[in-house]
Amino acid sequence: MSAPERSSTSTLLDDARTWLLQGRLPVTTAIVLLLATLVVNLVVADNFLTAFNIRSIFANVIPLAAVAVGQTVIVLGRGIDLSLGVIATLSSVVTVSVVETRGLTAALLTGLATGAACGLVNGLLVAVVRLQPIVATFATSFVWSGLALYVLPPGTAAAPRMPDVVVQGYRGAFLGIPNAAWLLALIGASWLVLKRTRLLRHVYAVGGDEHAAFATGVRVGRVQVMTYVVGGTYAAFASFAMLANSGSADALAGGGLTLASIAALVIGGTRLSGGAGGAGGTIIGVLVLQLLTSVLVALRPPTDVRQLIDGLLVILALALAGLWAGRRRGR
Amino acid sequence: MNLTKLRDRVQPGEARVLLRNPVVLSLLVLLALFVSGNLVAPGFASYGSFVNTLRIAAFLGVIAAGQTIVILGGGEGIDLSVGKIATFSTVVVAQVSQGQDERLLLALLTALAYCGLIGLANGVGVAYLRIPPLVMTLGMVGVVTGIIRVYSGGQPEGRAPALLSQMVNATALGGVRGSVWIWLIVAAFTIWLLRRTTFGRRVYALGANREAAFLSGINVQRNLVLLYVASSLYAALGGVMLLGFAGAASINLADQYQLISIAAVVIGGTTLAGGVGGYLGTAVGAVVLQTMRNLLIVLDIPAAGRQVVNGVILIVLLSLYGRQRRLRQ
Repeated sequence: MSAPERSSTSTLLDDARTWLLQGRLPVTTAIVLLLATLVVNLVVADNFLTAFNIRSIFANVIPLAAVAVGQTVIVLGRGIDLSLGVIATLSSVVTVSVVETRGLTAALLTGLATGAACGLVNGLLVAVVRLQPIVATFATSFVWSGLALYVLPPGTAAAPRMPDVVVQGYRGAFLGIPNAAWLLALIGASWLVLKRTRLLRHVYAVGGDEHAAFATGVRVGRVQVMTYVVGGTYAAFASFAMLANSGSADALAGGGLTLASIAALVIGGTRLSGGAGGAGGTIIGVLVLQLLTSVLVALRPPTDVRQLIDGLLVILALALAGLWAGRRRGR
Repeated sequence: MNLTKLRDRVQPGEARVLLRNPVVLSLLVLLALFVSGNLVAPGFASYGSFVNTLRIAAFLGVIAAGQTIVILGGGEGIDLSVGKIATFSTVVVAQVSQGQDERLLLALLTALAYCGLIGLANGVGVAYLRIPPLVMTLGMVGVVTGIIRVYSGGQPEGRAPALLSQMVNATALGGVRGSVWIWLIVAAFTIWLLRRTTFGRRVYALGANREAAFLSGINVQRNLVLLYVASSLYAALGGVMLLGFAGAASINLADQYQLISIAAVVIGGTTLAGGVGGYLGTAVGAVVLQTMRNLLIVLDIPAAGRQVVNGVILIVLLSLYGRQRRLRQ
């Protein structure tokens, strides 16, 4: 009776070990971080479990989650896009400017097209012109933000607004679950679908070893371009959430999303040099960042030290996540 | 004019080699920028205007020197915290000196010490905790933002001592401002550091092949830490100079140098992969970027258009030299 039981626990341990060694370690770190921040939130914040708080956490998290998932796809293919947040800005001002004349559906489609087009330009610059992704996308971020300023100059008296139904729907709930949480689930589901496509398999191949991928017939350039297009499309999705959250667009908002998205994907265990990781971990990373912020809000430290604590917590999370990634790569 | 002279002196083959040299290429771009600027606004390429461009480019040039060293060291090395560290340095100098000349030296040393410590933290994170540089220095931006907030209470006090303003702004020898002379000294020191010292050799060795550097007895981790300390010290110095120019500190005075310093390095022909390049290119890159900015101001187009043109020119500049090798060889 006892013998088979022992063997079953030992296989369980073996399973767990192989699971961890299969590169799950970084994601495990992210999950531990998520649980830790959750517990701390439950302890320090009295109102953490109120419906309002949960709803606003999800509502605030969607733009970053969408941008970060897009960034993950790009990073997996050995790229990086420093203009992703600004693409979200551009897409949001474009969407909101056409929503009153063309209607909601057409406006959303225009926004998606804007994001994808920006991604296409970035992708072509990286894959065809062969610029280094960091500087190329930094340069295009000027272009996108200039275009955003052109489409919707700040301080416009009668700034266009999104229809009320969008704003209310974003804050609403369906089946007792906030709509924003459904949207987060949708982003997660879109990743699960994407992951099963041939494109993503090729992205992992290119990220792992582009020469080997090239040698086995993967069209490396085309795959890289596609990662940026996918990333831009996710940024457009983020822009819809930004619009729904605030009702209007701001040509100067969104820039901060880029660097936060990189932090989120690293916390989520995606390797910056490409080829390893996934958007599941990234979404966890986004939640960790958001929960860290809400711990700070709950603790009400003196305003002067708040930013410092925030910075230290983020760097701690990054360090914990980076520790494993570094170990696996050796010296 | 210059080109014909060049053609007379060198063989066709040599000319091509010369054109591949990023420093020469950047100089040609610089020339083109000044010529086209002069067509739009006569006087753009005048001596006075050129000297004035150098005066402002000096801040970027000094900050980008540290960036160059970190990038040369390879291993995805990059320092996104230079802008924020330079800002912190302006805040420290303004507050410690309280605008008094006799406290300037103390303020300068304090700023260098604090910023050096931040660089040390960056280096330890990268070398010993093995956090990717991009992420480590990005996280550090948040921390330094917090430090500035705590240190200044959100409202930096004090101002630049008169002596500092004088050193940075005074006109000496041929109408050249003090900041340019400081930059020249820093540039000469940096080139010497990279080309003539053991440290410099090690920087290139680390960037070219870290494994080989390790096997030939270089203490990889300790030298990596030094790279980031050096980068922070340069950023701090750039910040001090900027304070002398601006007169008073603010909580985001030098933030804009975060990414533009990387652009200066890349335009100057240093590859982000490390091991190839040098400071001379970066220095020219800094002047090119500043000239481009001046040109956009001269063109007098609205802010939106200026941003777009800025981005497009940056892309064109990068395509001239910042291109990577083709996969199929």
